[in-house]
This record gives sequence, structure tokens and C-alpha cells, in this order.
Amino acid sequence: MYYLGIDMGSTSTKVIVLNENKEIHYKKVVPTGWNCLDTANGILEELKNNGIERDDFKCVATGYGRISVPYMDKTITEISCHGKGACYLFNEKNFTVIDIGGQDTKVIEIENGAVKNFNMNDKCSAGTGKFLEIMANTLGVDINSLCELARSSKNHISISSMCTVFAESEVVSLIGRGTSKEDIAYGVVDSITNKVRGQMGKITGTNNVVRLTGGLCEIPFILDSLSEKLGTEVKSDPLGRYAGALGASLFACNIK
Amino acid sequence: MSKEQELSEIMDEFANAKKNASIFVKNASENGDIVIGSFCQYAPMEIINAPGFYNVLLCGFNYDPPIPLAETELPANLCPLIKSSYGNILGKTCPFAFYSDIIVGETTCDGKKKMYEMLGKLKDMHVIHLPNVPDKERSLSSWQAELELFKDALEKRFNVTITDEDLRKSIHTLNIERSQTARMYELGKYDPPAMTGLQMRSVLTAEYFMLDKKNKIEKTERMLQIMEENWKEGKGPYKKDEHPVRILVSGAGLDGVIDKTIKTIEDLGAAIVCYEGCCGILNMRRPIDESDPDPMHAIADKYLEVPCAVMSPNTRRFEQFMDTVKEWNVDGVISITVHACDPFDIESKKLEDICEENEVPFLHVRTDYAPGDEGQLRTRIEAFIEMLENR
Ligand code: SF4
Ligand code: SF4
Repeated sequence: MYYLGIDMGSTSTKVIVLNENKEIHYKKVVPTGWNCLDTANGILEELKNNGIERDDFKCVATGYGRISVPYMDKTITEISCHGKGACYLFNEKNFTVIDIGGQDTKVIEIENGAVKNFNMNDKCSAGTGKFLEIMANTLGVDINSLCELARSSKNHISISSMCTVFAESEVVSLIGRGTSKEDIAYGVVDSITNKVRGQMGKITGTNNVVRLTGGLCEIPFILDSLSEKLGTEVKSDPLGRYAGALGASLFACNIK
Repeated sequence: MSKEQELSEIMDEFANAKKNASIFVKNASENGDIVIGSFCQYAPMEIINAPGFYNVLLCGFNYDPPIPLAETELPANLCPLIKSSYGNILGKTCPFAFYSDIIVGETTCDGKKKMYEMLGKLKDMHVIHLPNVPDKERSLSSWQAELELFKDALEKRFNVTITDEDLRKSIHTLNIERSQTARMYELGKYDPPAMTGLQMRSVLTAEYFMLDKKNKIEKTERMLQIMEENWKEGKGPYKKDEHPVRILVSGAGLDGVIDKTIKTIEDLGAAIVCYEGCCGILNMRRPIDESDPDPMHAIADKYLEVPCAVMSPNTRRFEQFMDTVKEWNVDGVISITVHACDPFDIESKKLEDICEENEVPFLHVRTDYAPGDEGQLRTRIEAFIEMLENR
């Protein structure tokens, strides 16, 4: 039997398959695209090509598209899945997980391996991956280069608009004023990590072990900026973006 | 008629109360009866009902058409309840406001106060000055004087005399209603609960729209009786061995967001066992003192106790909060506030602190009448319930 975890986020869909020994047998990231159903069926096809038929697995779906996976056995929210996946990934039991996703940013407090408290940003996209993506587009670079540019900024500026739409016009006017790309990039990253710090403030964890998951977790400057803001070293893992899918696959192991 | 059928008919009557009330109010008004529109728990219903006037609730609970219309005059960044109420009156989409002879408001939150000033141009208004400090020594006499002014205004305008006897009668009737609501909340105490939170909500709304009080009280009595019996026979809303996660819902302005919040919570398998806030349990427990020789004093005394966030400090709410959590054996608290409602939003943080101190899981969700956040709300609520189920 295999255990399939699908984390269908707003931007990308993460897939993890565990074998009987709870080892990662298969993993993949695909863009979610416009049609969640097509994406889900594509994954099923892909698994078939790898020799895994529908009857060979149990499946838990999570993420905002979780209900659009027609062959799932169960849905569980991304909060619980990220918590579970992060415990496994980081081998920790008492810590705080920050997940910066495409459409929302979550802060999850874990105590004794279980979710104790959590916090999600509101409707708007400030402080999420989407914000970074839009700003990178405005600057004509990709997200990774934006973060590297930020590192070499000489004059630290801050972007004051909280709202993505206003922040975008702020960035445009900074470009117009001749502010260097590096400095603007710094302002963009700074705005995100500040927002995350604000969200952290609402979670009053008792310890300062902090781990980052989600699509941005492999970007060194994001980790550095967060560590600086939170006053503790924020670590991640190369599999950090799979935390939700991993948690889902671990939950799938419990399905009878 | 079987008990099941009777209960389902009563519940239907409650659920349709608002719809049916518009016809009732139209007929009443055409008959020459006096209809008073109001917005809030602070509207002294005893005084309104004493001379036989009807009281109808004018709070708007819908988004379209009233809110986009209201935003042509009011700031968009205002509480949806205020915008919806105003928009429904401005656009004449509220039959209750249409048939109201006058509208009574109280100086509660800033948004409402200022909205009333604008409403004054569309309808006859009487605004009661509500003190902000609920301390009886400092505020009771001025509050009673304001209520006397309101009574005088009604007497003059409609050419009636409101006697102490009239007041005593209406106090008595509304005390019965209060105690019935308190008993209804008791049904949530059972394990599993004998009534769902969604059912409670519909009874609470019906309170404002079943204007034939005698009928309302009789029906509620039957409902309480049948639900109690059903529970004993294991035929309540939950199976005997079911133990849903028990939620206390707190907040204000909820009627406009029932589907995305209350209904979602229960659809996801949790049970709302009690409510906390202006129409929550706290306000229903103590009746108006019927032995007070001065009925106006008794009314004023009780209404100053409404545990609303417009009061500062709102000590009564916080003092009794944990008692409610313990008595109802609550697993988690969900505080629901609407967009731009500063008083309740700020007090939510205080509730959170109390919960943290007592290790009670707490979730605060902010929402709006406008659609679009259903998915995110659902995820948050679902994650909270998962968290409680794993404890
Ligand atoms: S919450 Fe306060 S202002 Fe609103 S209806 Fe209740 S008592 Fe009135
Ligand atoms: S919900 Fe809040 S802002 Fe809106 S009317 Fe009630 S107290 Fe005022």
C-alpha cells in the first residue's frame, strides 16, 4: 500500500507518496493552473505511469483545492497537514512553523507534536508569495533574483503600503525616482518579513525554535531577513515546500 | 400530529418569522397600529410594547442591494451592519422601516450614531442617549432620565398614556421571553446538545419578528418541551453516543454572516452550545426586577447591564466569560467580528487573553457581509475544529 498526500495550493500542487515504511517513494511539484480537477487527474495519470494504480494507495488532500481531488479518501486542512509534515521533516515536537504560501501565510504553533494555535493572514495578499511574485514582475526579475538583489542593497528603504495594489504603484514611483533595484528589492522583502513578524506576534509560543516551510523556504535571503526580525535563527529544509503534502501523506497512513 | 411534525412546524415558523412579519406589519400599520423600528438590544422593548406598539428590528443582514447603495453616501470602510441597515432604508428595500412610524436609535458605536444623523433625514428618529460607562452609580440616573424622555416622546407623539401598570405587564411578558431564551441555552449544556447552534440562532432572530408575543411564547414553550423529551429518548439532533466538539460563539453583527460562520462550524461537525455577546446567555439570566416599585427604574437598571462592547469598561462581559465556558463545558471559543467593528474587534483580544490564561483554545475570525472569503473562513474554522478534535 502507498500513502498519497496532495497539497493543492493556489500556485502549485505538491505531491508526496510514502511507501509502507513511511519513506518518500515519489515526490513532485506541478503548477495548479486554472482547473484543479485537471491537475488532480494529471497526477493520477502520472502515478499510473509510475506503476501506482488507484487501488494501491490511500489519499489525503489538503490545500485550498483539497475538495477538487475526486479520488481522495479524506480532506484535512493545510494547517494540520503542515504541522504534521513539519514535525516529521524537522524532527521537532515543540516549535513554530511559518508557511509562506502563494495566497496565504500561516504561523502554526506546535506543542508536543500537535497544533496548539495558528494564525492566517486575512483576505488580502500582502505578506504572501503572491505579493513577492507581483513585485518581482514589476521589477522585471524572478523571485530568486529579487531576493539576491535585496541582499546587496546599500540604502535600506521601506515600502509603506500594506496593500499589494498600492505597494505596486509605490514601487513604480520608486523606479521612476531612480531608486536602485537592489534597494527596492530590499523594501519588498522587508515588507513581507515585517508582516510575518506581526503575525508571529499574535502567536505567543513559549520557545523560539522557528522553521520555515512553503515555496519561499529555499531562498536564503528570506531566511536571513526573518531570522533578523525574529531574533532567532530560522531554519528550513530542502523538502520544506512539501511539508503540507508530507503531512497529508502521513495522515493517509491512518486511513483504514 | 406527531411530536416530530409539531417540532418541525414550530421550527419552520421561527425560520420564516422575518418573511411572515412583513405581512403582519403591513396589516398592523394599515389597521392603525403603531410600529416602532429599532436596531439594538438597548432599545427598551418594555416601553415600546407597554402601550401595545409593535417593535421591529431594522438591522440589515444582506449585502446586495443595500451595501453598494449605502456606499454612495457612507464610507466603504464601515461596519456592514450599519451600511446594510442604512442602504435598506435608503433604497426602500426594508418593509419594516417603511411601515415604522418612528425609528428609535441609541448612541452606541460611532458608526451607528453618525448613521442615525443621516437617517434622521429619511425617517422620523428618536435617539436615546446611552451612557458609555455602565457603572450604575455614575450612569443609572441619567440613563433612566433618557428613558423617561423616550416614554414622554412616545406619549406625546401618539397621544397615549403609558401607565406603570402597562409597563409592569410588558416587563412580565418580556421576562418570560428572556427566561425562555436562557432555558434554550440550557439545552446546549447537554452532552450531546439537545439543540443545534443554528436552531438557537433562528429562535433568537424570531424574537424580533414574531410580533404576536403570546404565540411566540407558546411556541417556544412547546419547542423547549419537545426538544427536552426528544433528548431523553435519544432523539435529539445528535446521536446518543456522539460527542461533537463544543463551541462557544462570541461576537456581534452575526446575523449577516450566518452561512459562512455559524452554519460552517456546524457543517464541519462541531456543535455550538451557547452564544456570548449582546443576545448571548449573560443578558438573559437576570430578569427585570418585577418587585421594583418604579418600573422605569427597573427597566433602566436592567438595560445598563447589556454586555455590549460599546461600554467602557465592559467589565461584566469579561467577569462572567469563564463561568460560561466552564458551565457549558466548552472545548473552544470562536469570536466572530465583522469588518470595521472596532469595539468588538478590540474586545476580542481581551477574550483571547482570558482564554490563553485558562488554556481554552480560541479563534478570532473577521468577516464581512460581502462574499469572497468563504473558502478562507472555512479553512480556518476547519483547522480549529481539527485542532480541538486532536486534543
Ligand atoms: S452589539 Fe451592542 S450595539 Fe450591537 S445590537 Fe448588541 S447591544 Fe446594540
Ligand atoms: S457590529 Fe460593531 S460597528 Fe457594527 S453596529 Fe454593532 S457595534 Fe457598531
